[in-house]
Amino acid sequence: MRRAFLIAVPYVWLLALFMVPFFIVLKISLSDTALAIPPYTPTLDLSQGWAGIKEFFSQLDLENFVWLTEDDLYWKAYLSSVKIALISTVLTLIVGYPIAYGMARAPEEWRPTLMMLVILPFWTSFLIRVYAWMGILSEGGYLNQLLLWTGIISTPLTILNTNTAVYIGIVYTYLPFMILPIYSALERMDGSLIEAAEDLGCSRVQAFWLVTIPLSRPGIIAGCFLVMIPVIGEFVIPSLLGGSGTLMIGKVLWEEFFSNRDWPVASAVAVVLLLILIIPIVLFQRNQQKQTEAEQ
Amino acid sequence: MNSDVFAPWEDPQAKPLIQFQNVTKRFGSFTAIDNLSLDIFEREFFALLGPSGCGKTTMMRMLAGFETPTEGHILLGGQDIDPIPPNKRAVNMMFQSYALFPHLSIWDNIAFGLRRDNMPKHDLQERVEEMLRLTRLEQFARRKPHQISGGQRQRVALARSLAKAPKLLLLDEPLGALDKKLRQDTQFELMDIQEKTGTTFVIVTHDQEEAMTVASRVAVMDQGQLKQVATPDRIYENPNSVYVADFIGDVNIIEGRATSGGDKTYQVDWAEGQTPLTATSATALSNGQSCHLAIRPEKVTISAERPEDAVNAIQGKVHDIAYLGNLSTYYVELANGTVIKAQSANTRRISRRSFTWEDPVWLSWTATAAVLLAN
Repeated sequence: MRRAFLIAVPYVWLLALFMVPFFIVLKISLSDTALAIPPYTPTLDLSQGWAGIKEFFSQLDLENFVWLTEDDLYWKAYLSSVKIALISTVLTLIVGYPIAYGMARAPEEWRPTLMMLVILPFWTSFLIRVYAWMGILSEGGYLNQLLLWTGIISTPLTILNTNTAVYIGIVYTYLPFMILPIYSALERMDGSLIEAAEDLGCSRVQAFWLVTIPLSRPGIIAGCFLVMIPVIGEFVIPSLLGGSGTLMIGKVLWEEFFSNRDWPVASAVAVVLLLILIIPIVLFQRNQQKQTEAEQ
Repeated sequence: MNSDVFAPWEDPQAKPLIQFQNVTKRFGSFTAIDNLSLDIFEREFFALLGPSGCGKTTMMRMLAGFETPTEGHILLGGQDIDPIPPNKRAVNMMFQSYALFPHLSIWDNIAFGLRRDNMPKHDLQERVEEMLRLTRLEQFARRKPHQISGGQRQRVALARSLAKAPKLLLLDEPLGALDKKLRQDTQFELMDIQEKTGTTFVIVTHDQEEAMTVASRVAVMDQGQLKQVATPDRIYENPNSVYVADFIGDVNIIEGRATSGGDKTYQVDWAEGQTPLTATSATALSNGQSCHLAIRPEKVTISAERPEDAVNAIQGKVHDIAYLGNLSTYYVELANGTVIKAQSANTRRISRRSFTWEDPVWLSWTATAAVLLAN
């Protein structure tokens, strides 16, 4: 009895906060736009009884999903989102791994401080931090001023409102999600393993590739998924730092909802996005499961 | 001397495999190894024994190449190995934590070092199989380290470090993580493997019983210095200092003043109003020199009556008895409050023991039983 109750709590939570909203969105995606409040039909009217329910379901169709395949904006946006997500995940890994490695190798008394520094940016609003990057990356911004002053460039670079700015923003924002799982994997590693590898004939570099990297692999995989999954649907960074050339599905979704007020198409976009995200989420879950099994 | 006995350290012609030449190692202001010189010979099973912090692990890490001497040199086969990094040394180490690679199978763990040498595939397979046979691990080859027991892991670590056929194998507290019974079995297995492979073993341990069992020679260390380097029986029977006598096994230490009685025999005055004790000593002591007399408990005979012909006999009172089953250790309190331990085998039923708590008894030993140590 108590066990059933304990299991029920997360399931009720999931039902109320995920399944119910999802089915509402799914229902809207099957509806048609209308000049009304809310801006779609049909709406469920229970006062007419069984006939009303039948009438309601007969009006639902897959028209909006068909539309997504007809206009190439959508699949291009999905593809471009996945591409940006993949590239920025690799960039975040390249930047994050050395930081995590350095933290794990730092003297023990320094580690809490370093950890604090990684988490510290979360204390200020994410929006403010992205706006700060606009100040840094703009034509007359700090970065250009610095580069001009040191004489590395003679004319200011255009970074803001390009994909480069989007990558910078994403790497900056999601770096902690990459660093923390890798750090925790590296920190648990027994230092004598590296000595053993060297003792058996490895150079420092070989020991790193043959021992450190494989042993931090669960951390790398977890970090990559934690970055890639939210980046695919990212909206704030591309809309603030990106330009007209930056095509991301989060931005398309926002425009459908708020500029076009086409809730059914927007919902259809959201449902497809969710379906795309399920693949990496399932892979991520399997990775976590395998890791816990290996630790037992 | 019988030429069959393995004792290259007695032979002035023998060339040592390892030579520590006035090696000093400092970590900041702390001196871990203090101007130490030592020769270790080929095929030896050499034990470094000492309490934690005595510098024995530092010695081993210097041999492996993880530390370099601050002063002095270490020679391996006549060659100075100080500038050689650990991955280029013909030395392998078995780590205290075993340091098995958790992501590799037992087979791949053993093959790890051989792969680094780019050994041909066929030879590699043969060598790994040979190692698996030697350590009786054939049926575990495909498992991962976390799927086998502690004793098996210990054997994998040994197989992995032996696979490259090193000139020298270092073992850092190799049996520390095993329980007592398994440890004893493994000690003999280690000796067997050492004999079969003919590799020179250097073992670091804080367990004196382990060192005595496996080693051909034992070095007792304290505070970065060698206190005594000798065979286990010489260390036990002829310790050269109170520290060594006390560190190895159980011992009674009696303080006193020596007076020469001629012919390497000395009289030791040890307490007011007591007859002096007689002991022989190869090292000469001057008259009136303060000294220590070290006597092993099993060399002290305990009896109810004064033995007629005993050279040394003292009367005391049984203060405590530690019954160990096969042996009993008697704690006998003397008139001046000193407690002397005497050990005897329980050859008779305990109910027929002729003395018990608080009984007056006589302790006796021969002139050669005790070791006379000058201060």
